[in-house]
Amino acid sequence: MECVFGLVGKGFALVVADTSAVHSILLHKTNEDKIMVLDSHKLMGASGEAGDRAQFTEYIQKNVALYQFRNGIPLTTAAAANFTRGELATALRKNPYSVNILLAGYDKETGPSLYYIDYISTLHKVDKAAFGYGSYFSLSMMDRHYHSDMSLEEAVDLVDKCIIEIRSRLVIAPPNFVIKIVDQDGAREHAWRESIKDAPISAA
Amino acid sequence: IFEYNGSAIVAMVGKNCFAIASDRRLGVQLQTIATDFQRIYKIHDKLFIGLAGLATDAQTLYQKLVFRHKLYQLREERDMKPQTFASLVSALLYEKRFGPFFCQPVIAGLGDEDKPFICTMDSIGAKELAKDFVVAGTASESLYGACEAMFKPDMEAEELFETISQALLSSVDRDCLSGWGGHVYVVTATEVTERILKGRMD
Repeated sequence: MECVFGLVGKGFALVVADTSAVHSILLHKTNEDKIMVLDSHKLMGASGEAGDRAQFTEYIQKNVALYQFRNGIPLTTAAAANFTRGELATALRKNPYSVNILLAGYDKETGPSLYYIDYISTLHKVDKAAFGYGSYFSLSMMDRHYHSDMSLEEAVDLVDKCIIEIRSRLVIAPPNFVIKIVDQDGAREHAWRESIKDAPISAA
Repeated sequence: IFEYNGSAIVAMVGKNCFAIASDRRLGVQLQTIATDFQRIYKIHDKLFIGLAGLATDAQTLYQKLVFRHKLYQLREERDMKPQTFASLVSALLYEKRFGPFFCQPVIAGLGDEDKPFICTMDSIGAKELAKDFVVAGTASESLYGACEAMFKPDMEAEELFETISQALLSSVDRDCLSGWGGHVYVVTATEVTERILKGRMD
């Protein structure tokens, strides 16, 4: 099952997701990117039904871009989180999306922030959060080792601890993870943690 | 579905004051997501609403209520009375009679001449007006017992705070889905005091 987790450090926020695309018992690919970069300073990690995940995050990304075009300034992370929640809530009693979201962003005035948005559109601002079966392990590791204002090294170390726990204790553990970071310099990919590399496609 | 997120809310009437308290846990069934979730919202200085039940519906309902109250303030140029607000909440909930919000509101306010008013309702808007205390949430049965035992009429603000805090903490300690501390608002005619309680953090 999909593992997504995230945490807030000193001046940055990290979102980590597994990169397996799974359909029932079959693993299609191991480099599926589940963390969408919404704009220069926002990341949206999503887990849940594959089609909903891709479609909904793209929808949010395009609407965030539209706001910037229309108004000339980007949305704050809180505004983007509330917009996302609103979209999920409106769809909830019509044709609901089954997507769980972790929205991380950096605002100049308020610094880094992380928002937990459930598939039934429960919104809460948090310091650390996780979805999926992996959450049972990563939340406990984070409860033990997390403290506010962690440095990047400490935070990545904690992320690695969580990944090791998931790999060793989850029966169908995803092999690869991607770590993305958002800080004052923007949202970008930080690192991959791979234990299986896809075989390179030979030229036709 | 009312027990999905876990909640506990209680409101009590005192002498020209009221207190409303809630727990702080946000959970997804057995897993705790956060320990600082806010369930009690201020509508205006003398009116508070606590929303127990499904957290997403509580958030949606709160946004609708703030919208309606702000419109009311623009049109009437004054704040809503608690009794009126309770009727508004009841009407909003009954509109969704066959596809309801899974929330139980607890409304507490100071009405005309700063007379305290509390009420609760079920998820389809059946009002329950009480003179002493009202409860809602997964811990409601424990809360009924604790409040009945500890309540006295005409308590002053300080004593009311102690009573409501003890009632809340002892009840949520018996309920696995609510707890992780408490959030208490004590409102008198002149001031609003907000306090965070530390109880059994589980």
